Amino acid sequence: MSTPAFADAAPSSAARAAEVWASLGSVTDPELDEPVTELRFVTGIEVDAEGRVHIGFRLPTYWCAANFAFLMADDMRAAVSSLPWVRQVTVDLRDHMYSDTINQGLARGHSFKATFAEEAADEDLDELRRTFRIKAYQRRQEAVIRHLLDRGWAVTDILDLDLPHLATLPIADPETLKLRDRYLEIRREWGGTSDNAFTSAEGEPVTPATFGEYLSLLRRVRINTEFNGHLCRGLLQARYDDAPTEGEPTLADFIAGRVAKREMGGHDQCRK
Amino acid sequence: MFKTAEGEEIFIIDGHTHLWDGSKANQKNIHGAQFIDCFYGYHTALSPKEYVWPKEKFDNYGAETMYNDLFVDGYDDMAIFQPTYLKDFYVNGFNTIEQNAVLKEKYPDRFILNGAWDPRDGEAGIEALHEQVEKYKIKGCKLYTAEWKGASKGWKLTDEWAQRYMAECVKLGVKNIHVHKGPTILPLNRDAFDVADIDDAATSFPELNFIVEHCGLPRLDDFCWIAVQEPNVYGGLAVALPFIHSRPDYFNQVISELLFWLGPDRLLYGSDYGIWSPKWLVERFMAHELPDTIKKDKGVDLNLEAKRKILGLNAAKLYDIDVATHRARITGSAPARAEENTMAQVAEAIGD
Repeated sequence: MSTPAFADAAPSSAARAAEVWASLGSVTDPELDEPVTELRFVTGIEVDAEGRVHIGFRLPTYWCAANFAFLMADDMRAAVSSLPWVRQVTVDLRDHMYSDTINQGLARGHSFKATFAEEAADEDLDELRRTFRIKAYQRRQEAVIRHLLDRGWAVTDILDLDLPHLATLPIADPETLKLRDRYLEIRREWGGTSDNAFTSAEGEPVTPATFGEYLSLLRRVRINTEFNGHLCRGLLQARYDDAPTEGEPTLADFIAGRVAKREMGGHDQCRK
Repeated sequence: MFKTAEGEEIFIIDGHTHLWDGSKANQKNIHGAQFIDCFYGYHTALSPKEYVWPKEKFDNYGAETMYNDLFVDGYDDMAIFQPTYLKDFYVNGFNTIEQNAVLKEKYPDRFILNGAWDPRDGEAGIEALHEQVEKYKIKGCKLYTAEWKGASKGWKLTDEWAQRYMAECVKLGVKNIHVHKGPTILPLNRDAFDVADIDDAATSFPELNFIVEHCGLPRLDDFCWIAVQEPNVYGGLAVALPFIHSRPDYFNQVISELLFWLGPDRLLYGSDYGIWSPKWLVERFMAHELPDTIKKDKGVDLNLEAKRKILGLNAAKLYDIDVATHRARITGSAPARAEENTMAQVAEAIGD
């Protein structure tokens, strides 16, 4: 490659890092149902002129479940690999008990089972993914139902609502709009084929008679998820001592390598 | 002892305390370092700022500090020691019954010693359990199903050997089985969050009480479901309680679910000391009131009667503590700060 072309690589690599960042936004922590980018699990993105991508990945503790860690890393690899210019993706999990095992397993294209052949013979990652996808469905659904209840909707009106009407319901508040759209997105995967806006994950209808009990189930799911969410955020911040000052770190932080640098500091300390 | 504004005394049994040595000198490997680091994360993430310790103190605070934080500065009247061995991570173990026994010997009215067992120790472990009963008169034990042992990364109460140990507990009168079911290390092929094995054990051993530490969080729904069906299942509030400071709304949701499903008779206060300190936990818990909306929606209340049960009376029942007698003993012989020298000797004796 000639020198002028290489000089051109700088702005384009920043643009490509931005593309990587955007595509990582579609990868969620299955337990928390939040994007890994918003959870501040992604510490840095490096893109070289050959289309190779290096992603720094961290978790709130050394002990975080290896199955979830693997799942997220594998999802990141898959999401970024789908970008047309990407030739190779390295996901680099740091400061985790199984950093080396997971990084090597992914680099070799191994499955979770093959990577953890000894420890996880029975582990079915697809089943795990399914379980937590259902919880995500329930949590997103609860947020929308709660919104409607707060707006004075009667239970019967909520249960009569169909998908086309939910999809076109005028909503002014952008946060609520996001909740609705996230629910509609997962409703395409779960909840059966009926037109009802609100069904159980398995597609069973909810009736006025079962509504109270059903809602209390959804609430317990939310309580569990929130427990994890609060702890994960608190532990991550305690571990790396880098609380977000003005909201979450911006893309600019990542492109400029500011977050990655801070993370490296933590990394060094951990190994001493 | 906590006194309300009206002068009413609340007898407090702390259901979950530790005296650990997580110091560098005791760490066997990086896992030992990361284990105490993770605990410190919990400590800093959920404690009020003024109660956050420097890391060095947290690693190994010693017997003297513990006594002071629980009974002098704090409101605990008694405390239950829950050992956590972790011998694969720490040279002398993290928090063993032998270490705890030194404090128990010095303050017999203050501490309740619990033992520990691991079904993977087989026959030898059963013998060790007998020894613990003879030597320390234990009535309870702490089980840590996610603990490592060689190639094994955990076990379940449904394992055949675990069943044998529980049968032995029935025989020996070790009736309170505290099981760590909460945020924990490394659920790999064994899902350590899973509370389903409690269900099986509670049905098979109705003579035993199962205190599910951390209420199975983040599997509160599974835990509540099991607890409703099994009258001998209790919830230990360690880890759930500190949210009362940082996320009171969230704490309200958790405690109201627990009150709704289990009721105030089957919940136990625990500080999880030294992760959190009884002083602020008890002060905030006593000052805490559920919002009217929750009281109305769920039909539950965290009134003085419920608080009294959760803070002490429920544990007293499980451990056969006669509160009136015990209160008199403690107030009559309560060691004060003047004993600090002796406490230093105790610390020395256990190698702090």
